[in-house]
Amino acid sequence: MALKTYRDALREALREEMLKDERVFVMGEDVGVYGGIFGVTAGFLEEFGEARVKDTPISEAAIAGIATGAAMTGMRPVAEIMFIDFTTIAMDQLVNQAAKWHYMSGGRIKVPMVLRTATGTGRRTAAQHSQSLEAWHAHVPGLKVVMPSTPYDAKGLLKSAVRDNNPVVFIEHKMLYNEKGEVPEEEYLIPLGKADIKREGDDCTVVATSLMVKRALEAADILAGEGISIEIVDPRTIRPLDIETICTSVSKTHRLVIVHEANGFCGVGAEIAAQVVEKAFFELDAPIARVAGLETPIPFSPILEDAVVPNVNAIAAAVRRLVRGEQ
Amino acid sequence: MDIKLEESLEMYRLMLRIRYFEEKIVEVYAQGLMPGLAHLYIGEEAVAVGVCAALRPEDLITSTHRGHGHCIAKGGDVKRMMAEMFGKSTGYCYGKGGSMHISDIELGIVGANGVVGGGIPLATGAALSAQLRNSGQVVACFFGDGASNQGVFHESLNLATVWRLPVVYICENNGYGISVSQERHQAIKDIAVRAGAYGMPGVVVDGNDVEAVYEATREAVARARRGEGPTLLECKTYRWRGHHEGDPNRGSRYRSREEIAAWEERCPIKNYETKLLARGVSPDRLEEIQKQVKKEIEDAVEYANNSPFPAVEEAVSQVYAD
Repeated sequence: MALKTYRDALREALREEMLKDERVFVMGEDVGVYGGIFGVTAGFLEEFGEARVKDTPISEAAIAGIATGAAMTGMRPVAEIMFIDFTTIAMDQLVNQAAKWHYMSGGRIKVPMVLRTATGTGRRTAAQHSQSLEAWHAHVPGLKVVMPSTPYDAKGLLKSAVRDNNPVVFIEHKMLYNEKGEVPEEEYLIPLGKADIKREGDDCTVVATSLMVKRALEAADILAGEGISIEIVDPRTIRPLDIETICTSVSKTHRLVIVHEANGFCGVGAEIAAQVVEKAFFELDAPIARVAGLETPIPFSPILEDAVVPNVNAIAAAVRRLVRGEQ
Repeated sequence: MDIKLEESLEMYRLMLRIRYFEEKIVEVYAQGLMPGLAHLYIGEEAVAVGVCAALRPEDLITSTHRGHGHCIAKGGDVKRMMAEMFGKSTGYCYGKGGSMHISDIELGIVGANGVVGGGIPLATGAALSAQLRNSGQVVACFFGDGASNQGVFHESLNLATVWRLPVVYICENNGYGISVSQERHQAIKDIAVRAGAYGMPGVVVDGNDVEAVYEATREAVARARRGEGPTLLECKTYRWRGHHEGDPNRGSRYRSREEIAAWEERCPIKNYETKLLARGVSPDRLEEIQKQVKKEIEDAVEYANNSPFPAVEEAVSQVYAD
């Protein structure tokens, strides 16, 4: 075990997979000479060379589409789109092509590609560089969507994503790159589609994604001081969703708060809430609460940015309302 | 250029196979045997056949919504194509793709595509794959004049030139994007000039002369295989029928009947027949080929009619690969 950053964990994962399988290569803006805008591919150009570490022009649709075409014909590309906000430019290739060729071909074509991207607020990068668009991608049958919250999860999940024979949208949070956590020295994989209990508790289940896992853990400490114990479930993979682990937790605690940074309307929390109602309604002792971003673009000024996304107090308050039966 | 007799007869056969296949689709579509949309290639046969004649079996193509001609020219089995278009489980995609998404990776048909320009980055990626694997494969990417205005056309051709990818871009300029004529959708006349914008060679070709298409493609493919990068071939041609079956008046609502008639006079198949006869091929030989191909198409319809639909459970299978 060693203490590593989320960034280093991702780098290790990618490096190990590139050493293991020569079909794996990376492509994207500034992934080579610059080492990736968030530093994830630092050193890769020197180690693997230009053929396998490809700096691209600013062409998101082509980045996604070329990765798709390469994946359809024998390679295993790991493409990067710098900010998830820009995946909107690549939507035809991700949604109409990558997600659908396996199905449309009757199973005869596979698209083993990973699309890495960075999400979230906190860097004050404002409306067009701060969004959380996982719901867009998770809505598409044929795509898999992963959101790691810790270095340990990031490494194990990225390795699995590279080995998966489907298009995987791998969403890293820009404020987590410097987060440190324990990562084993020996090789390990984390399967996609498996949630993780980040903290056990009895009074309320809190399902949290990405950076919100960290916020929920902080809220848990505050609430523990008030005699409230929460169980934090981190889905880790958004699609396919491990609803069983969530429902098992709800069967234990009988209360559910869902927290995600993305705005609430049509967010992933809505899907989780609907599924829990369908599958575990009679386990609930209270309505399901969602703590989500407000229905706004992300503003620039720090005081405004902080106001439109969930924070530790908001999570704690939501739990208190449910546990104390307040309206 | 010197083309062996067998090669020229094979090109003739393939053009006929496309023509008869598409004419049969007109029939069966009108009879309601074929669900969905049909975008027919009648009039454009020389482009698909000329290009594919210059490819090796292991080379790859990407196609369009108007893709039956490309698939047949690349070696597609008309039985499995017809079955796919009827939605039967014996089709190339087990009935799950349909006319616009026919693919057979074993034949090198990466896929037809329902999104205009959708295949352009896919072809570019397939060429990158060939380059990284050092396979020596070349990719032929078909698209129309309409697609040359899509943003992803620009992105893909630019990148292919920078990375010197082994891809030949074939623009089938049939003068229309559905109902909008070329003069109304772009300011240039020759799409080939766009090649200069990316730093690749651009060539204008008579798309109704199968040997001209073959020759131009051979050169471009050789360039690509030598590692010199992509070429843009613009093949000028014309679609005889409407954009899709159901497009009223075979497209004469937005095109004049005189224009359609003038292009029908320049039929690529009739012209090639004339050439072959002038070279001493007997009319009987050509008639023999016509009979054989007609029978193939009849057999394909019978095969498709007699094939079962997929089991309903297949609707939810293969969303994800194992």
